[in-house]
Formats: sequence, structure tokens, C-alpha cells
Amino acid sequence: MSVTLPSSTRTAGGVRRRRRGPGSGLAVLPLLLFTGLCFGLPFGAVLYGAVTRTDATTGGSSLTGEHVRRSLQGPYLDSLAGSVQLSGLTAVIGSLAGLFIAQAVVTSRRQWLRSATLTASGVLANFGGVPLAFAFIATAGISGVLTQLADLDSLGWNLYSFTGLSVVYLYFLTPLMVLTIVPALDGLRPQWREAAQNTGASTWQYWRMVGLPVLAPSLLGGFVLLFGSAFAAHATAAALVGGSVPLVTLKIADALSGNVLVGQENVALALSLDMILIAGLVMAVYLPLQRRSARWLR
Amino acid sequence: MVALTPTAPADPVTPLVPEKAPSAPLRRRADRPRVWRGFVLGLAGLYFLVPLAASFVFTVHTPGQGISFQAYTGILGAEGFTDSLLLSLGLAAATIALVLLLAVPALVAVRLGAPKLRPLVEVVCMLPLVVPPIALVTGMGTVLRWGPEHLSRTPLYQTFLAVQNESFPLVLVLAYTVMALPFVYRSLDAGLRAVDVPTLVEAARNCGANWPQVIGRVVLPNLRTSLAGAAFLTLALVLGEFTIAALLGFQPFAVWIVTVSGSQARMSVAVSILSLLITWALLLLLSRAGNGSRSVGSVPAAAPASSKES
Repeated sequence: MSVTLPSSTRTAGGVRRRRRGPGSGLAVLPLLLFTGLCFGLPFGAVLYGAVTRTDATTGGSSLTGEHVRRSLQGPYLDSLAGSVQLSGLTAVIGSLAGLFIAQAVVTSRRQWLRSATLTASGVLANFGGVPLAFAFIATAGISGVLTQLADLDSLGWNLYSFTGLSVVYLYFLTPLMVLTIVPALDGLRPQWREAAQNTGASTWQYWRMVGLPVLAPSLLGGFVLLFGSAFAAHATAAALVGGSVPLVTLKIADALSGNVLVGQENVALALSLDMILIAGLVMAVYLPLQRRSARWLR
Repeated sequence: MVALTPTAPADPVTPLVPEKAPSAPLRRRADRPRVWRGFVLGLAGLYFLVPLAASFVFTVHTPGQGISFQAYTGILGAEGFTDSLLLSLGLAAATIALVLLLAVPALVAVRLGAPKLRPLVEVVCMLPLVVPPIALVTGMGTVLRWGPEHLSRTPLYQTFLAVQNESFPLVLVLAYTVMALPFVYRSLDAGLRAVDVPTLVEAARNCGANWPQVIGRVVLPNLRTSLAGAAFLTLALVLGEFTIAALLGFQPFAVWIVTVSGSQARMSVAVSILSLLITWALLLLLSRAGNGSRSVGSVPAAAPASSKES
């Protein structure tokens, strides 16, 4: 009685499951209802609004590809391309920088350095949005401290530009990569490197044939996560550059707050749909990769 | 350095390596990483510390006027500060309560008695990651406009008005709950994975506990760390959220900072620094609440930056 064998646990679980089946389903119901209402409904509204046109006189609506087509033209296409470029560039740089920092911390024997870096990364990865924008305005904006001290203006520095925005984005993307990649680097057993060295491999050979293949899913997963974060970011850009850099989130916000011609709401919906498709693609790559890399996280 | 790493399982190959021959090249190899490591960490330290230091200097030093802490002392008295902060804290409390009320029963039930629903619950909780906040608010704005347009003669219209109440916009709570679901799911799922819930429940039931006792005194205490993690992530998300609140026309904390920045640049930077310090303090508290140092890395790892950058 006191010792429960695995097989008896399973039987007991089976009995309980049969007895509590309907009740357990009920506990899931509120969650499903809530997401259906508060997530499904807006999602459906975006989808519906992006592909239909409402006739002003009759009130009837008809299918149209016009909004989506317009969202892929002119300034809207530029904003999509700008967002993809900015996210891609910052994700590449952030992934590399994060990888190097994480490797430096993991190979260090100093425990305090490791825990300090991880804590700092946890905080800084969440230090996005409006406060980050203001910290950088104070640092490298027009009258920023660093701008005055180092005379950045004469070097051609402009915070309110594509380059400036990239530097700001890296501030939360790099720590995010450190957090993502440290467990994977921990998974690289020192014994593998010893084995490689003992069989005569150089450092480069070790990385090319052992290290990087093992890290690849985590690295790619981290890159995709960074891309997604940068792509969806709006607050930092809104507080920092206003409209001087074409970004899709800024265009949508403009359209929503009525800063453009009436009747653009549907284009905003179409742009949102474009964003959802790109973000969906990103997540479709990220989630399986994360599961795959979890193999090394033991 | 590398060959000296203690090996957990007895490794028959290592002792065969001659001990003296590789020591010279090994030392050289160990020196190089130290220089390289110092360079990388120094550069990273500069990049991450300079903006913080410069922001602080910016708030206390005015060129030509010297040092003053006016930007900090003036915060409490600033117009709208208390209102917006209280609104944000209220929204955060409501969001945490709602998201835990929805997620905890569902996840525990999936563990205990309805494993078939598990993939469904996972997909439902992770889907909001696919929709950027700005797309979510576009959809919500559209739905909210249906109220005056189509439903003005139905009782539903009152509901639409009620959720958009200026003093406590419930619609924001609903939006934040959706946004928090993926992070809460991950935190709770990790917590549930770490304890054997069915066995615990079985043991408690065998000891004669009723269901409220099982949940309240056995299951929830075992999930303490992940519940705290979920609550912290939600709090950070709500305090920093800008996009949805700004576009729906409400003024919680993050929107207030932007509003005040036009007239009082120094104060907006000072508030930004304070919000970083508060996040840091919360994170430290959380890692204390958790068992040991593991949670320091693992809890924020579950939170992509997008949680606050929205």
C-alpha cells in the first residue's frame, strides 16, 4: 500500500481520469471561451476587414483583394520592407553579440560574473518600450550627454534614423539572445571538446564539426525570436523616431489614429494581416526549433 | 584548462593523454580566451552601462546650472503621475487575477484528468505570440466600433460602453490577459513539469483531503515559484505596455511618460530609470522567492523582450 509501483499509479490514474473526465474539461472551458472572445474576435475582425469592402449606400459587404494589394504598394510596402530590414539586421547582430557574450560568460569560471550577467540580461531584455527610448534620447539624442561629450554630431551620428534605431533595438535584443543561448552553451559538454582535441582537432575544427551543429537549432531559434521581437516592436520606435523611419507598426498606428485619409482603416487591417502572416511564419520556425534545442538543455 | 575539466563519468581516454607534453600549448590557449573574454565583456559592459550612466547624468546635471535632483523630487507632485501609476497598478492586479484564474485551473486539469485537451490548450495559449500587439489593437478597435455602429439598440451596447470606462478600462485588462497568456502558460507549464501532480493529488486524496484542500494546500504551494514568475511577468508587461493603451486612448503609466516628455524631458528620463530599478528589484525578489539561483536565468528566459516592448 505504502509503496506505489509505477503500474499501479497508472491504473489509479486511469480510474481517476475516467471518473473526473467531464469535470476536467469544464476547467478548461473558461480559458477557451475567453480566448475565443478576446483573441478570436479581434483576430477575425482583422481577417474580415482586410479582405472585405463595405458599401456605403447599401451597407452590404463584398470580398475584395484591394486592401491587401494597397498594403503591398508604395509607402506601405516601404514600411513593411523597412521593418523586415531593421528586424533582420538587428537580429543578426544581436544573435552574434549575444553568442559571444554568452560564450564569454559560460567559459568563465567566475560564478558571480555568470549570475550577474544572467540577472542583468533578464532585466535588460525586458527594458524595452518607452523607458528605453528615453534613456537613449538622454544619452545620444540631440542634446544627449554622450552627444555633447563626444561630439557625435560631427561624426554624422543621428539617433532618429535607421542606424540609431538599430543601436537602440540591440539594447534589448542582445540580452534576449544571451538568455536564449546560455542553456545551449551549457549543453556543450567540455568532454566533447577534450575528445576533439585528443583526436587532433583544432579549435576551428571543433566549432565547425561539433559546436556549431549542436548549437544550430538554438542559434536559429534565437535569431528568429529576436527577429519577431524587433518586428512587433512599436513603443520604442513611436517614442523615438515618430515617423522618420518607415516601419509597419508606425504606419498602422498612424492609420488607426486618423492621421491619414479617411477610409484607411481597412488598409491598416490589411497591414496587420501582413504582419500576422510574417510573425506567424517566424513562430512556425521558432516553436519547433525551440522544442528541438530543448534536447540539449538537460 | 580544458583537459582539466572534471569528468562526471569515468573517462578511460583522458588518463591516456601524456600529462606534460600538452601543458605549454594549453596554457597559451587558456591565455588567449582570457584576453578575448575581457574584450567581449568589456565592450558589452560599455554598451549596456553607458546609456544608464548617461541617463542619470542627464537627469541631475543641467549644463550651466550644475547639479540638481529636481527631476526626481518633482515626480510625486507631477500632474497625472499618481493617477496613471495607480491605474497601471490596478490594471496589473486585475490582469494577474484574471490570467491566473483562467490558466491555473485549465493547466492543472490538463495535467490531472484531461491530457487529450493538452495540445489544444497549448496552441490556444501560444497563439497570441503570433499576433503583434499592434495587430491585436487594430482588431480590438474594429470590434469596439461595432458597438456604436450595429449594436446601439441591444443590451450588448451597455457592455461595450462599460468595458471602455475611462476610470478603469476593462478592455485593457482583456487585451493584457491575452498578451500575458503565452508567458503565464510557459511559467506554469514549467512549474507543473517539475512536480508530479497526479501522485501528489493521489497522496493527498488518500490522506483524506477534499478537493479545495488538495488544490489550496498541496498543488498551489508546489507551484509557488512559477505562480510568482507568472505574476511578475504580467506585472512587468502591464506596467510597460504602451501600444494598446495609447491607441485605444487611455492613459496608464507608459502613456503618461510619453505625454509628460514633451514638457519635462528630464522627468521622463528620471521615471524611466526608476522603472528599470523597480523591474530589477522585482526580479531579485522573485529569484529569492524561487529555490536557489536557477530561477534567475530561467524565469526571464521565458519572457521574450516583446513582453514589455510592445
